[in-house]
Amino acid sequence: MSIIVQNISKSYNKAKAVEAITFEVKEGELFGLIGPDGAGKTTIFRILTTLLLANEGSAIVAGFDVIKDYKAIRDSVGYMPGKFSLYQDLSVEENLTFFATIFGTTIEENYDLIKDIYIQIEPFKTRRAGVLSGGMKQKLALCCALIHKPKVLFLDEPTTGVDPVSRKEFWEMLKRLQQKGITILVSTPYMDEAALCDRIALLQKGSILKIDSPENIIKNYDKVIYDVRTQNMHQLILDLKNYPSQYSVYAFGEYIHYIDKSAGFNPKDLAAYLEKNKHSEIEINISRPTIEDVFMDL
Amino acid sequence: MLPIIFVLPMVQLLILSNAASFEIKNIKFSYVDNDHSAASRELISKFEASQYFNIIESFSSKKEADFQMQTGKVDAILEIPNHFERDLITENFTNLSVSINAIDGAAAGVESVYISQIINGFNQKIQTQLYQYNEASYIQPLNIVTIPSFWYNNTLNYKTFMVPGILVLLVTMLTLFLSSMNIVREKEMGTLEQINVTPIQKYQFIIGKLFPFWVLGLVILTVGLIIAIAVFSVPVLGNIGLIYFFTSVYLLVILGIGLIISNHSDTQQQAMFIAWFFSVIFILMSGLFTPIESMPQWAQNVTFLNPIRYFVEIIRMVMLKGANFSDISRPFFIVVFYAFALNWIAVWSYRKVN
Repeated sequence: MSIIVQNISKSYNKAKAVEAITFEVKEGELFGLIGPDGAGKTTIFRILTTLLLANEGSAIVAGFDVIKDYKAIRDSVGYMPGKFSLYQDLSVEENLTFFATIFGTTIEENYDLIKDIYIQIEPFKTRRAGVLSGGMKQKLALCCALIHKPKVLFLDEPTTGVDPVSRKEFWEMLKRLQQKGITILVSTPYMDEAALCDRIALLQKGSILKIDSPENIIKNYDKVIYDVRTQNMHQLILDLKNYPSQYSVYAFGEYIHYIDKSAGFNPKDLAAYLEKNKHSEIEINISRPTIEDVFMDL
Repeated sequence: MLPIIFVLPMVQLLILSNAASFEIKNIKFSYVDNDHSAASRELISKFEASQYFNIIESFSSKKEADFQMQTGKVDAILEIPNHFERDLITENFTNLSVSINAIDGAAAGVESVYISQIINGFNQKIQTQLYQYNEASYIQPLNIVTIPSFWYNNTLNYKTFMVPGILVLLVTMLTLFLSSMNIVREKEMGTLEQINVTPIQKYQFIIGKLFPFWVLGLVILTVGLIIAIAVFSVPVLGNIGLIYFFTSVYLLVILGIGLIISNHSDTQQQAMFIAWFFSVIFILMSGLFTPIESMPQWAQNVTFLNPIRYFVEIIRMVMLKGANFSDISRPFFIVVFYAFALNWIAVWSYRKVN
């Protein structure tokens, strides 16, 4: 096991940030903490990277206790905070050299690890980090977090504020790093990214709702979701919510996701109901559930 | 940023040293002469001859003169009573009334001294004249004349005294403000978070943060000393190496204070305010502008905690008196002690974990 978290609780003054969190991450696994803002993701990261002391519980990272062996952990983990936190007035190359030096290594020594990523920002290596674009900043921050060849990599919302193409590239990079044997703990508020992790923990209001692989989470989802669409979407939501056997109704892209309570639900009954309420161009199809659907149901 | 750091303090040194004068000149002087005698005219001519007084005009009544003081046109009024000369000759005794505008108490005190000096001089002269008139009762006048000799600053040039002090102030303020902003800035930017997860040691980090400002403080001192010697011709009687040696330790104290402020503030605004709070107290209680000896006892005790006090004391002793190491050893070791104590607190209170 690369990360073992047992019963961790932390509160700021009286506000509980996380409560009785327990999970384990296997060696070489890409583990995702999925949850909305304020779910406690950053608090977990700060505890595991020895920046914050938990009120209760214990945690072990890369074989070291976060309280007793905090010094050893700092040598063997890489952390990329959610907020860009490299020196903005140093150039790309200076930042990288600086962090390599602090960790007592050189860029050349671990160049093979960061090569794929560094090549993309190398043309701008004399530019100041503060003026880079969002995607470039993330790549540089990842390089700095990797420069000392960490065993465990912590990435706190690495793709927030990054364009869709860069996000996709970033996840491809993570997959390649994983193949090199690095354990990765990543957090994200984006449900579509959850499907790219080996296993995920769904987090809300400081508690874990579910831990499993994304496939299992979807497979074990027992309800049937219908994509519903008519010409008047706003009225549709209101009417669906008034349907007697409705279980949940929420907008999902260009459709409304509708889930029914009763097992013997027949879409034709719903269509008839909608027609009666003056809807036209009615479309009702069975939808494949996604992580987001599961999350909405929890 | 770098030109600002160097140019602004030097401009301050040049401006403040010329402006922060304790000399009082051009006193707006007026008189009410009710006697119109030879003696009264002689007394007034003495004031006219003095370079410190500008005779504004004479008034015919005290009431009129008081009104002019109210409007601010006059600083001092001398009223010569009726029968001034006659009383002096017959009774050997008379009164003069002097009114001084004391809105600025310190200036009024100095003006009072100037005026009484002139009147005393006049008094001595008139006495000898009077005794010559009545030779029957001649007694040898008993005159004690004091001729002061001002040591270490012969001509009482206030710049010689102020420039080293202002230099101390600039070196202190600059290093205190810059160092107290420093770690807080990293907190605000978030870079501290990244640094804290690295295996860097506390002392390494703090030395890395301190050293540039330590060098900067010594550079500012050098530029300031050059200006003091070249522009203000301040004498340097003692060993200039001693000033550097002391400053190098003193800067550690100031940087230590800056770091403690930095550690305990969350924003640059907070740090700025605390640094400002300490620097105002330190400066006003340093003996730079007002002598420590004239403070109340409790305030004098507080100044023992003030590092600027020792620096002002030492730089003046070394530059103006030519003090050597044994002369300044006591304040020096106090500052060494503060340097150790404050930096120990700074390192101890810096937390990588919260």
